[in-house]
Amino acid sequence: MTSTAAPATTGPRTPVPTSAPATPGGGSKRLHRSEKKWALAFVAAPVVGYLLFIAYPTGFALYASLTRWNGLGPMQFIGLENYANLLHDERFQQSLFNTFFYMIGIPIGLALSLALAIAMNRKIMGLTAFRTIYYIPVISSLAAIAILWQWAYNGDFGLVNQFLGFFGIEGPNWLSDASWSKPAIIIMAVWKGLGYSMLLYLAAIQSVPRSLYEAAELDGAGSWSKFRAITLPMVQPVTFFLVVTNIIAGAMIFTEINIMTPTGGPEYSTASAVFHIWKQAFQYRQMGYATAMAVVLGILILIITLIQFRLNKRSSFVID
Amino acid sequence: MTKDLSRRARSRITDSAVWVVLAAGAVFMIAPLVWMFSTSLKTKLEVFALPPVWIPELPQWDTYVRMWQDSYVLDGFKNSLVVSLTVTIIGTFTCSLAAFALAKMRLPFRNAIFIGLLTGIMIPFPTLMIPQFVIFAKIGWVDTLLPLIVPAIFGNIVMIFFLRQYLTSVPDSLVEAAKIDGASYWQIFWRMIMPIIRPAVAAQFILWFMAVWNDYLAPILYLNTPERQTLQVVIANMNVQYATQRDYPLIMAASVVALLPILVVFLVFQRQIIESVALTGTKG
Repeated sequence: MTSTAAPATTGPRTPVPTSAPATPGGGSKRLHRSEKKWALAFVAAPVVGYLLFIAYPTGFALYASLTRWNGLGPMQFIGLENYANLLHDERFQQSLFNTFFYMIGIPIGLALSLALAIAMNRKIMGLTAFRTIYYIPVISSLAAIAILWQWAYNGDFGLVNQFLGFFGIEGPNWLSDASWSKPAIIIMAVWKGLGYSMLLYLAAIQSVPRSLYEAAELDGAGSWSKFRAITLPMVQPVTFFLVVTNIIAGAMIFTEINIMTPTGGPEYSTASAVFHIWKQAFQYRQMGYATAMAVVLGILILIITLIQFRLNKRSSFVID
Repeated sequence: MTKDLSRRARSRITDSAVWVVLAAGAVFMIAPLVWMFSTSLKTKLEVFALPPVWIPELPQWDTYVRMWQDSYVLDGFKNSLVVSLTVTIIGTFTCSLAAFALAKMRLPFRNAIFIGLLTGIMIPFPTLMIPQFVIFAKIGWVDTLLPLIVPAIFGNIVMIFFLRQYLTSVPDSLVEAAKIDGASYWQIFWRMIMPIIRPAVAAQFILWFMAVWNDYLAPILYLNTPERQTLQVVIANMNVQYATQRDYPLIMAASVVALLPILVVFLVFQRQIIESVALTGTKG
């Protein structure tokens, strides 16, 4: 792996109990007390920040989701009514459906980036330049990229349709066509994220011991069986990491939706869950109801994160 | 011998084929960005020319001058810089201190505190955004940069996590020895821990800076007055405002400017960024 060598610890392992030998003598107790005070002072900021900006808002959100509330006036407690209403709120369900639909892009992006990483693992000319170019969309401002692609998807003058026209294909009017708007968002997202997954795959592939491939070659294995039997299992932890982080990020997709389709797209076909929550809360001032949606989304993301922590512990041995 | 030669020849052919595929892919990756830059230099007429113009006949550099004068790009640039730098500089400091305490100091309930902090990662911003907004509205911070800065300078849990992991490789005896020599904890942190974790801090600093610079959701919640918006919000608003006037060169010029600082940072610190990204992914 890369040589900047952070410690080879993996995942949130339980830290070793302070094994440092206590300094002998009577002063050690006092010393420890002063050390504890300093340590408390050093962790104070994140702990206070956590309480103020995460713990308190979380409790607030849980309560607000049980109220009818416009954000300014008094909160009227209505029990689980908001959640009950969500069950037949077609717009919210549509926005959740759209959000999950976008995740079709995840396997597509991963397959493409794995292929790219394998290609880049060869010793060929201009590798660094390729790596840089593929990575530029990743670091680019999402707002700027969304603006660019909105224009690129323009039915008459956009780059995408001009390119398709080159092959005699008449492209759709992507963002104003309900059946093409979601694929348009997916294509853009794959384009933007490709470099990131490629980089992680490349790092994983480079850490596979050469001897494994050589042994397989001696056994007469072809490229495909080497890929199936060695590469794929060896990069499996990275695949898992990417799937989970992509699902979490995908569940929160907002910026590109808000910029490329400010109204949520034709027939609300592009609106994502966060977009819908944001509109309900900040445009229609249904803060209580919007919070209930946000809690549902938060729980979905929480479940995915917990699965990651669980499985990460198990797969950590494979990475090392 | 001949077998070996043919094998080498075959591998050469494969290499060339792979190169062609990678190059074609690279064109796909870079073309939209080149097009963005080229559009920013076109006249309004050239923007709508068919077939498309890639190299404007007379580059309209004037668009870039016009952009600084007629729009809020300069304000946005300043605001983004203020937010990103304040957050990352102060935040990095708080994170490093906390990581030191969590990795190397005697602290009651150390594991509980660390795991407690980690639970914070699991709660996504969209769930917190409405309560946070209401809290900041109550204390009159809406339409200021404070809601973007203040929560972040208390530290970033992901960064604390990575710095703490990095510090576990430093032997405890080193810290103990410094203590016996009579160094204060502040001195140990500043003279010993900081130099050790500097590479990890630098990498996390850059990643965090890019994330804050590119943030969009939190800024659009809080910032209404054009002079007070961050650059990402400014360009998004220009996109709405100038599209009706079909002034795409101006919109693209602003987008180029929004993208450029990070691009420069990336090109300069490419190696560190790529290494640390690869590390977070494979070791996270």
